[in-house]
Amino acid sequence: MLEIRNLHARIVDDGTEIIRGLNLTVKAGEVAAIMGPNGSGKSTLSYILAGREDYEVTEGDILYNGQSILEMDPAERATSGIFLAFQYPMEIPGVATMEFLKVAMNEQRKARGEEPLKIPEFLKRVKEAAASLSMDMAMLKRPLNVGFSGGEKKRAEILQMKLLEPKLCVLDETDSGLDIDALKIVSDGVNALRAPDRAFLVITHYQRLLEHIVPDTVHVLYKGQVIKSGDKSLALDLEANGYAGVIGEAA
Amino acid sequence: MNMHAQPQRTPAETALIDAFGDRLSLLPGDGAVMLKRDDAIETIKHGLPTRRVESWHYTDLRRLLNTVPDFDPAAMAKAIAPIVDGSTVVSILNGKSDAKVPVLEGVSFQRLSEKLVDGSAAPGLDPYGSDDAIGALNTAFVADGYFVDIADGVELEKPVELQNLQAGGQTHVRLTVRVGAGAKAVIVERQTGDGAALGSSVSQIVLDEGAEVTWLIVQEQPETATHLAQFKAHIGKNAKLTLFVMNAGGKLVRQEIMVRTTGEGADFKLRGINLLAGDTHTDVTMVLDHAVPHTTSTEIVRNVVTGKARGVFQGRINVHQYAQKTNAKMACNTLLLSDDGEFSTKPELEIFADDVICGHGATVTEIDHNHLFYLMARGVDEKSARGLLVKAFVAEVIEELDDEAIVEALEARLDGWFAAHG
Repeated sequence: MLEIRNLHARIVDDGTEIIRGLNLTVKAGEVAAIMGPNGSGKSTLSYILAGREDYEVTEGDILYNGQSILEMDPAERATSGIFLAFQYPMEIPGVATMEFLKVAMNEQRKARGEEPLKIPEFLKRVKEAAASLSMDMAMLKRPLNVGFSGGEKKRAEILQMKLLEPKLCVLDETDSGLDIDALKIVSDGVNALRAPDRAFLVITHYQRLLEHIVPDTVHVLYKGQVIKSGDKSLALDLEANGYAGVIGEAA
Repeated sequence: MNMHAQPQRTPAETALIDAFGDRLSLLPGDGAVMLKRDDAIETIKHGLPTRRVESWHYTDLRRLLNTVPDFDPAAMAKAIAPIVDGSTVVSILNGKSDAKVPVLEGVSFQRLSEKLVDGSAAPGLDPYGSDDAIGALNTAFVADGYFVDIADGVELEKPVELQNLQAGGQTHVRLTVRVGAGAKAVIVERQTGDGAALGSSVSQIVLDEGAEVTWLIVQEQPETATHLAQFKAHIGKNAKLTLFVMNAGGKLVRQEIMVRTTGEGADFKLRGINLLAGDTHTDVTMVLDHAVPHTTSTEIVRNVVTGKARGVFQGRINVHQYAQKTNAKMACNTLLLSDDGEFSTKPELEIFADDVICGHGATVTEIDHNHLFYLMARGVDEKSARGLLVKAFVAEVIEELDDEAIVEALEARLDGWFAAHG
């Protein structure tokens, strides 16, 4: 589903190279965890997948279902089924959350040649999704993410993911800022979406999240490269021994 | 240099002075009213204000007003649907009031032309100081309008919409409203039409003790019209006035706002939205006098600038020496969407009292790239995402009005503008 080939990318503003020859393959139905120390390029990778223009790909390619996405803007990537759950979801004053959900869902439907959702059907879907994440509907009447706590923002990201039904879900440190109860709710939300035709890229610092969202593969990112790949036992090993050993092996 | 040299008159100045001579016999009122008109045209004869006049620094009227259309008494204008269903509508069509005024319990409507004829309107015709070109122009030519009196204690459930609809040519109108003690009302001032017009419109309101008024100015002139307007208010003891101004049209627009708190506990809110497009010039100039102790005000103006549009907000707050415990805050935020657009902001605080809280702030920004990325990352295409963000920027000010029917009505006006200019 996702194939990243020898990817090199830098920050447009200052030319700093962050991703330096990254290779990664994620199959449909797979949950791949990306781990790595601070500054290894994890969040940058998520932004590049979503098409943020602050980064420039200088070499290599990203293939999604066999097609390069490098020329696609963020909206085109999203409508083709790529979803990024942000580490720090943006607060957008003045844009009502419900209105935003409706616009986003219908824009995606439009791109797929589907009719816009009728209001009752839209409301039904939002209510169901919100209930499954223990979210209060009153929250969704507020402007997008404005005044939401850290945990509420993360839930709102997963809510959007549920409603938009993407095929490639990139979760950027979705566990940060969550207490144990919220972590469980969010993880259950993600697990419920696991499907044979859907892949997940779960970016995290900690093994903790991976106890709830059990990965099929684990990849260690360091200095913009995947330096080691393995199964879920690799995450436990990292938790016990830190990154130093793996980094030493690779060097 | 000879200080008394009269600069050569511009074609616009000449046209106005000639028009006064031609119209004189047709203008309602004699005696006291005619004396006011004579004084006013003298002001025009001294020349329209230039950028050397401080209050006109960013709007050089003498340079910008280059054509003055003739009066066109035969032009037809039609009343339009009010922005809020069920409003009581009073229209001025091509500068003329309607002989048939509505019947509304607790409210009396009078044609201003009648009050000019009997002279009772004369005391209100004085311009606002020597630089008041709009006041002078209006006093010289004003022919009609309405006088509205809302009796003490009357609480109106639906808005009163005062429509000033031009059909080209010149129109000079005046709306005077008294709101009695404890009365509550929403008043909509519609300024629109479809001609290449020059119009002056002066609104005056007095709020008696404890009155509460929301006054909405919805200005949607065509891009061929020059619209020179004034809003003057006196806010009495414990009275509350919210003035919402939406400028969404016009070629050359100046909306002046002069407000004075006259009783303790008076509160004033200004909420403004300027939606500026094309090759246009729009100026909102406010002078607020906190004239007595314990009065409060907040001013928030949001501007969206596209194309080659130019905008101005001047906000002057005078806190008089005796006006202790004044609390006044002013903000002007601009979203600049084109390289050729510009916006000038000039906040001024003149504070003669020593125990007050006063502040102001101004920002000019572009669309936040992070916000744009977030919306696009959810599949909203760039154009729609920009539209959502721009609308959000101004809708925030509307939503604060807290009256569902009004918020909906104004958002509909907003959507109309975005559909035409997005």
